[in-house]
Amino acid sequence: MISKSDYENIKTVFKREFFAYFNSPVAYVIVVIFLLATMSFAFFFGGFLRTNNASLTQPFFFWHPWIYVVLAPAVGMRLWSEEQRLGTLELLLTMPISPWHAIVGKYFAAALVWAIALFLTCPIVFTVFYLGNPDSGPIISGYLASYLYAIAALAVTSAVSAFTRSQVVCFIVSVAVCLMMTLIGFPPVIEAILKSLPSGMDFVVKGVAYTSFMDHFYEMTKGVIYPRDVIYFLSVVAVSLLITNEAIRAKRA
Amino acid sequence: MIQVENLRKEFGSKVAVNGVSFSVEKGQVLGFLGPNGAGKSTTMRMVTGYFRPTSGKITVGGVDMLENPEVAKRSIGYLPENAPLYSDMTVSSFLDFCAELRGLRGVEKSKAVDRAIEMCFLQGVRYQSVDTLSKGYKHRTCLAQSIIHDPEVLILDEPTDGLDPNQKHEVRGMIKRMGENKVIIFSTHILEEVEAACSRAIIIDRGKVVADGTPDELKQRAGGAVRVSVHGVASGEVKEALSAVSGVERVEVTAGGDQSFAGRAFAAKGRRPADISREIAKLITAKQWMLEDLHPEEGKLDEVFRAITRTEG
Repeated sequence: MISKSDYENIKTVFKREFFAYFNSPVAYVIVVIFLLATMSFAFFFGGFLRTNNASLTQPFFFWHPWIYVVLAPAVGMRLWSEEQRLGTLELLLTMPISPWHAIVGKYFAAALVWAIALFLTCPIVFTVFYLGNPDSGPIISGYLASYLYAIAALAVTSAVSAFTRSQVVCFIVSVAVCLMMTLIGFPPVIEAILKSLPSGMDFVVKGVAYTSFMDHFYEMTKGVIYPRDVIYFLSVVAVSLLITNEAIRAKRA
Repeated sequence: MIQVENLRKEFGSKVAVNGVSFSVEKGQVLGFLGPNGAGKSTTMRMVTGYFRPTSGKITVGGVDMLENPEVAKRSIGYLPENAPLYSDMTVSSFLDFCAELRGLRGVEKSKAVDRAIEMCFLQGVRYQSVDTLSKGYKHRTCLAQSIIHDPEVLILDEPTDGLDPNQKHEVRGMIKRMGENKVIIFSTHILEEVEAACSRAIIIDRGKVVADGTPDELKQRAGGAVRVSVHGVASGEVKEALSAVSGVERVEVTAGGDQSFAGRAFAAKGRRPADISREIAKLITAKQWMLEDLHPEEGKLDEVFRAITRTEG
């Protein structure tokens, strides 16, 4: 289904986009802030050492969604907004490639930046193994959940960036969307809503919560990888990229 | 090579391009003229496959742009308006990227990049970041991108915009040279450019083609005139006599008095000013007026342009 030229075109766009992240300070700044944020949350708020428990679930992964809400849009906001602002969108789309090659290539580049950021948190893994004897299952599933969360937020940002030429607008809207997708599944928020609504409405609230990023994220950090959670995040990515494509097409129609 | 039929583009209720048709063959340089907002860029964006027309048909080298865009785009090189570039790349990495999107690899790619750099005089800034380039260099970098795969069709949206006179001259020369074995369509609102580089010109106004022909044919639409200035005779008498000369449509007096006449005799449609000046010379000799000035004036393209784009539509 994917021909050699599809692969070559995606690779070309991917390469350019990936190096663009590292040619400018964007990637370095975001990776450093991500590492500072995850580590300081883990040590100061998560009580990584205080709880005396060889686990990463609570002290470490618990905070990731909140960090992604801000940082994933910061990485993704340049994807299509910048193309539109510079006018290079016209250049890119008059090349003999399909818009999909550009969408996928650019998205993969942003996703790789997050893979690198997440990989660089590995010292904390060595630390738990050095200090205690943790269960490696939840650590692996936690990393998977965290990465899926990040790429879902990135895909949402990609879709938003296709609508606007302003990176600032893209950033603010993306943060708002990601925050909403996180909050509607955040247990304290759900409990508050459940209390304030008649009990007949419970199924509605739970249904809405089920569509949130958070709901699927929690399941996975507990150490169980259900296919439905993985599929959930991948469908968010797929739908967001479809929206990206539609938004770009609408600009040209 | 390029066939455009009944192209129409609407943005909401606004009609930007309204039934544009033309075809261009190999070896032709087609100039696209028109006032700002006439639909030049929109038409070019449709021909290059960026905008999707509301209706109409575009074929490039026999391939339908709307049905098979990825193939049709291969034979086109395009310089968009304002020459957009990725500001975070160097000139050579940008050209490498474009060459790769054009499907060039390895030795082929580096040869193509070298050739484009040479043709657009970019050797001096090859490893410089696009961000730090002057406007002229930025423009030429984008132009280099459009010729990197030696396309059969070259579409240039205002290729000399923002260049200094020397660079303009170079770009025009380049268009003319390449036009010998390619199809080139370029838009401009500088009329001297059309005369310098085009083998054919199309004037667009309010989304419609209002004139189509060689620059000479278009100039003839304005008709020429003969400038005459004589001394020692009343202007009224001269005017009357000139009006009677065959081929003169009307006479305009710019300065006249009892003892002098200065003015223009406009050629009728299809008559060359040079022929008319011969007739006028005969008249002046016969009348023994004292001649001060007599010269034919060719029609000017900007007069045609103004006449057409102001009155029609």
